[in-house]
Amino acid sequence: MAAVAMHKQQQQHHHTERWADLLDDDGGDLDLGMLLPPPVVMGPDAKGIKTVTEYRIDGEGNKVKVTTTKRVRTVRRSRSAIERRSWPKFGDAAREAAGSRLTMVCTEEILFDRTRATGSKDKELSTKVDSLVKANDKGGGLLMVCRTCGKKGDHWTSKCPYKDLAPQQGESSADRPPSSDGSASQGGRGAGVAGAYVPVFRRSGADKSGADVMRRRNDENSIRVTNLSEDARDPDLAELFGQFGPLNRVYVALDRATGASRGFGFVNFVHREDGERAIKNLNGYGYDNLILCVDWAAPRPN
Amino acid sequence: MRPILMKGHERPLTFLRYNRDGDLLFSCAKDHTPTVWYADNGDRLGTYRGHNGAVWSCDVSRDSARLITGSADQTAKLWDVSTGRELFSFRFDAPARSVEFAIGDALAVITTDNFMDHVPTVQVKHIAEDLDDQTDESALVITGIKGRINRAVWGPLNRTIITAGEDATIRIWDSETGKLLKESDKESGHQKTISSLSKSSDWSHFITGSLDKSAKLWDARTLTLIKTYVTERPVNAVDISPTHDTVVLGGGQDAMNVTMTDRRAGKFEAKFYHKILQEEIGGVKGHFGPINALAFNPDGRSFSSGGEDGYVRLHHFDSDYFKM
Repeated sequence: MAAVAMHKQQQQHHHTERWADLLDDDGGDLDLGMLLPPPVVMGPDAKGIKTVTEYRIDGEGNKVKVTTTKRVRTVRRSRSAIERRSWPKFGDAAREAAGSRLTMVCTEEILFDRTRATGSKDKELSTKVDSLVKANDKGGGLLMVCRTCGKKGDHWTSKCPYKDLAPQQGESSADRPPSSDGSASQGGRGAGVAGAYVPVFRRSGADKSGADVMRRRNDENSIRVTNLSEDARDPDLAELFGQFGPLNRVYVALDRATGASRGFGFVNFVHREDGERAIKNLNGYGYDNLILCVDWAAPRPN
Repeated sequence: MRPILMKGHERPLTFLRYNRDGDLLFSCAKDHTPTVWYADNGDRLGTYRGHNGAVWSCDVSRDSARLITGSADQTAKLWDVSTGRELFSFRFDAPARSVEFAIGDALAVITTDNFMDHVPTVQVKHIAEDLDDQTDESALVITGIKGRINRAVWGPLNRTIITAGEDATIRIWDSETGKLLKESDKESGHQKTISSLSKSSDWSHFITGSLDKSAKLWDARTLTLIKTYVTERPVNAVDISPTHDTVVLGGGQDAMNVTMTDRRAGKFEAKFYHKILQEEIGGVKGHFGPINALAFNPDGRSFSSGGEDGYVRLHHFDSDYFKM
């Protein structure tokens, strides 16, 4: 009898336990919710980056940490503009379905395609010709300028039909670029500047085999920079290498999809000796917690 | 930069206009419904329903309270910016093309097309502060221009009206008497239809874009040609940066040929030129058709372009743009 009673009691106990379990389970989410650490807000820092770390329980009862990074931008607006912000939508916009997605951020990164390389601000005048050459080298046909006849977008210098008619360049002054050869891009602008850069192929004594020289020179003064910090961008590189002499190209390889740096880049110096100095000084130089590896770029395979 | 795409219009864009504070962007298209967007994030605020034809241009008052639009339905309408309510309708006997408020918003200049046997006109209307006083009467009607007038704007201090259009000639008129004061030189001026005209922020000079594949910068008082920007396609839209020495040109081939060429060959970029050196700085690609409308935000930090493809693309410049 006692045994039965005991069993009964046990059963009852068991039962209550189950019920209690259920009750616990019901309240459990709430309790757990309260047990979760409070959200942590970091920043915004100097760059306007604000990081919010939140904890929550997902559908399967797992604890999830959610880190959101936002860029906070402070925009100054007039009082009336702020007032206009709160205007109710009207016309078709008021009846707009929530998912109509009329406004979308472009998934594609659109670049401001520069005709000229960045980071060559004060050297613009002297490196104008070179940047044009560079644009041509890219093969985009974007800015095909013939240096012999000055015609734009028609043919390359090497294919110029007026090549034979162009005055011989060897006899012209060695110190300043001759503006008489009709190079439209350079005409008059570079000529007046004292000590302006004279392209190698126009210097006295240089061989005059045209485009070939140009390409070789472009390659020769190209420096490859590896182990570059991910935060480094074209202007940073221009600043770093610019102290050794005029540059005509600065390029940091970026990942097409993410826009993040791939950790290497190229710098083209106008003068080879500047490049040599830069390699000597910057190879092994600590930059943004990484040690730079700087050397001449391997010449292009063709 | 990642431009913001605004797909509110079903037909090609015709005109874009920022308000003075630069927080609202008004877009006009051939689909009868001008639209207003928030200029920072591209959200649509509202639409102005009531036109029955393509809307060719618009202007917003300095306090952003009123909008005026000119449409092919032979009306120009005044709207309440905040509610989209139509306030007044000016009736014409030809499509209204270009509209602009004068300084003070008490006058508006409206052009009408040559249509049937009507000659193109430039008309000045009084804009009454109180709507009950608003009338349809013109304060001044200028005629004598041959060919469509694509753009008519107020000159400095409302003293003059500057017109440009199909006859490739820019003219400056006295806004009181309607007398022709100056005419651009045939030799140095544009050779083909002038498609667009945009003033600098201080109204001292303006830029015109033409189908002759060039844009020209002019002095607004003397009509002296200051600069010429040469490009390789017809120019449909131009604007001058309010903060930097840049101008932007948009265009592309004729809409009828668009489907025959690749997007890259069509040259549908917005091209940036140095205002003073006249050389090309760069370009921003993206549209699938010619660019019909361009506008810089008054703060100079963003610009928007409207294309034949029906999209408005809102571009906020990256920081490197400002380091030129």
